[in-house]
Amino acid sequence: MPRKLQLRESLREAMSEEMRRDETVFLMGEEVAEYNGAYKVSKGMLDEFGSKRVIDTPIAELGFAGIGVGAAMNGLRPIVEFMTWNFAVLAFDQIVNNAAKTLSQSAGQFNCPIVFRGPSGSAGQLAQQHSQTFESWMANVPGLKVVSCVHVGDAKGLLKSAIRDNDPVCVMESELLYGDVGEVPDGEYLVPIGVAAVRRSGKDVTIVSFNKMMKVVEAAAEELAKEGIEAEVIDLRTIRPLDHHAIVASVKKTNRLVVVDESWPFAGVSAEIAYEIQKYAFDYLDAPVTRVNSADTSLPYAENFVKAYLPNPEKVIKAVKEVMYVKK
Amino acid sequence: MTQVIRKKRGKSAAGSYDKGTWLNWYETMLLIRRFEEQTLKMYGQQKIRGFCHVYIGQEAIGAGLKTAIRPEDPLVTAYRLHGIALARGLTPRSCMAELFGKATGCVNGKGGSMHFFSKNHRFFGGNGIVGAQIPIGAGIALAEKYKGTDNLCVTMFGDGAARQGALYESFNMAMTWKLPVLFICENNQYAMGTSVERTSNVHDLYKIGAAFDMPSEPVDAMDPVAVHEALLKAAEHIRAGNGPYYLEMKTYRYKGHSVSDPAKYRTKEELNDYKSMDPVKVTEKRIVEGGIATAEEIKAIKDKIKEVVLDAVDFAEKSPYPDASELFTDNYMQEDYPYIKD
Repeated sequence: MPRKLQLRESLREAMSEEMRRDETVFLMGEEVAEYNGAYKVSKGMLDEFGSKRVIDTPIAELGFAGIGVGAAMNGLRPIVEFMTWNFAVLAFDQIVNNAAKTLSQSAGQFNCPIVFRGPSGSAGQLAQQHSQTFESWMANVPGLKVVSCVHVGDAKGLLKSAIRDNDPVCVMESELLYGDVGEVPDGEYLVPIGVAAVRRSGKDVTIVSFNKMMKVVEAAAEELAKEGIEAEVIDLRTIRPLDHHAIVASVKKTNRLVVVDESWPFAGVSAEIAYEIQKYAFDYLDAPVTRVNSADTSLPYAENFVKAYLPNPEKVIKAVKEVMYVKK
Repeated sequence: MTQVIRKKRGKSAAGSYDKGTWLNWYETMLLIRRFEEQTLKMYGQQKIRGFCHVYIGQEAIGAGLKTAIRPEDPLVTAYRLHGIALARGLTPRSCMAELFGKATGCVNGKGGSMHFFSKNHRFFGGNGIVGAQIPIGAGIALAEKYKGTDNLCVTMFGDGAARQGALYESFNMAMTWKLPVLFICENNQYAMGTSVERTSNVHDLYKIGAAFDMPSEPVDAMDPVAVHEALLKAAEHIRAGNGPYYLEMKTYRYKGHSVSDPAKYRTKEELNDYKSMDPVKVTEKRIVEGGIATAEEIKAIKDKIKEVVLDAVDFAEKSPYPDASELFTDNYMQEDYPYIKD
């Protein structure tokens, strides 16, 4: 029987189950232990696992990310929580130059089974420094895997897979959706990394998205259905490795593609998907691939700026009608 | 500073160590010296490429590490690592072959001069980003403590890295959590071309530890005996569960920062001053004059080392390059990872 849980609870279940299963798994980060997590994802974990395995760190992202890398190279499986990926920028040296490179530099002698996780993307009027998405940054780097999924059930299964993965995995969550409620299957539930999910079937257009933009896309698809346009909606779930087979298969059916990606347009996930589709489904396209991104600007504070900046159902509907050559 | 080192020098007691230990120090230092001389020669012949930083002048640190630290203690360092790798027991053959970029190198030609690794020797690299290995060393130590061993992690860095934020973050967490980590700053006095004096108001780098209440000491690192004794004392403190210890090894590199650096930022007098206390020569003199070994025994060691190093070059020369298909191995543990190839 599936249960209704919040996203933060499903993520907590993933970590707790893996920590019960494997002594080498531990959690470290700012406020994860005594404060019960900045967003309460790790609530109660200190009580269950103790301070050896649920470790409060000082505010020192570079340092504790590096400590995680060292521990991973020496036989442990750390979960490093960033309060937000915006702060993880301080730790990029350790993620990019070490976690991602260790296996190659050591010719396979040392691997780095580590999870870096935290929320990515905008979360209201948080202004320029607290509103960025990092999927495409991390996905650019060979050696890393990137998971970005807020489907309550799948997020659990993906995080469990990430913790068991022998490679470093960056897991992107969402501040706004930690309280979102969804169904989580009972018992052991694993979702494989690198496999997208078709959330809605349709024959007229494919819409690809991930993380909280899935909410925008689902709302748009509902509206479009009322107008008789049946959109096929794909949740990427994993950004690297990208499941381009799923996208190509869908586009071969619908002949039209809109990518909805909260990150900036330049060299982002949407650009990569557009490349894949022109390469592998060129003859199937009835319209140019179109994308809906956040604006190519920093995000200012005022409420109307936020609305103008982010993708929303109206922008998605407009893009869908564009690729379908529908007037109005 | 030269003065300070000289004054301390006479203090290490030659008599308290047996012949085997003395010859171990000497042989280790001589191997490093001769290996690095060949490295420079081979670089000149373009057999070795890329960034390349030699250890000449700093050999006493390698010698002390060899006798004072257990082989099961993990070690991580920066990119001036050939000497440390040799002291750690990596073979001259596998090291030279790595410099040549050959498949028989210690990381199959994938790392080069800056990225030696050896799991068998608990040698964790090999880091080319100044100071990045400091938190990694603390993390390796965290894992040792987590697993309940009494191993410590030797975490080495240069004077340049002592100015990186990563050091301060790591010192803080390592002390707070009492991690079994031995921090070693190899202060060779120049961060590339910038002297210690020009990068901070604090010139005695061991004093940085005081901000964290970390036991910290300077060491005359031109003397293998002083290095050995300081390491033993620090290791004992750490193994007793007291947390980190920090040693500033005061040393000097005779060559430039890398092979392409003519080192014009220092005087000939300064260089000659340090060469007058050369760890290899001084140790040889102490051994012979102290009657620990005969001149003939020393000559036999020299002949052996010469042969070992030439053999390493010959081995590297004759070894094959890695197969180009190896480009797509060791990026992921996942064997069927779907690389983008078009």
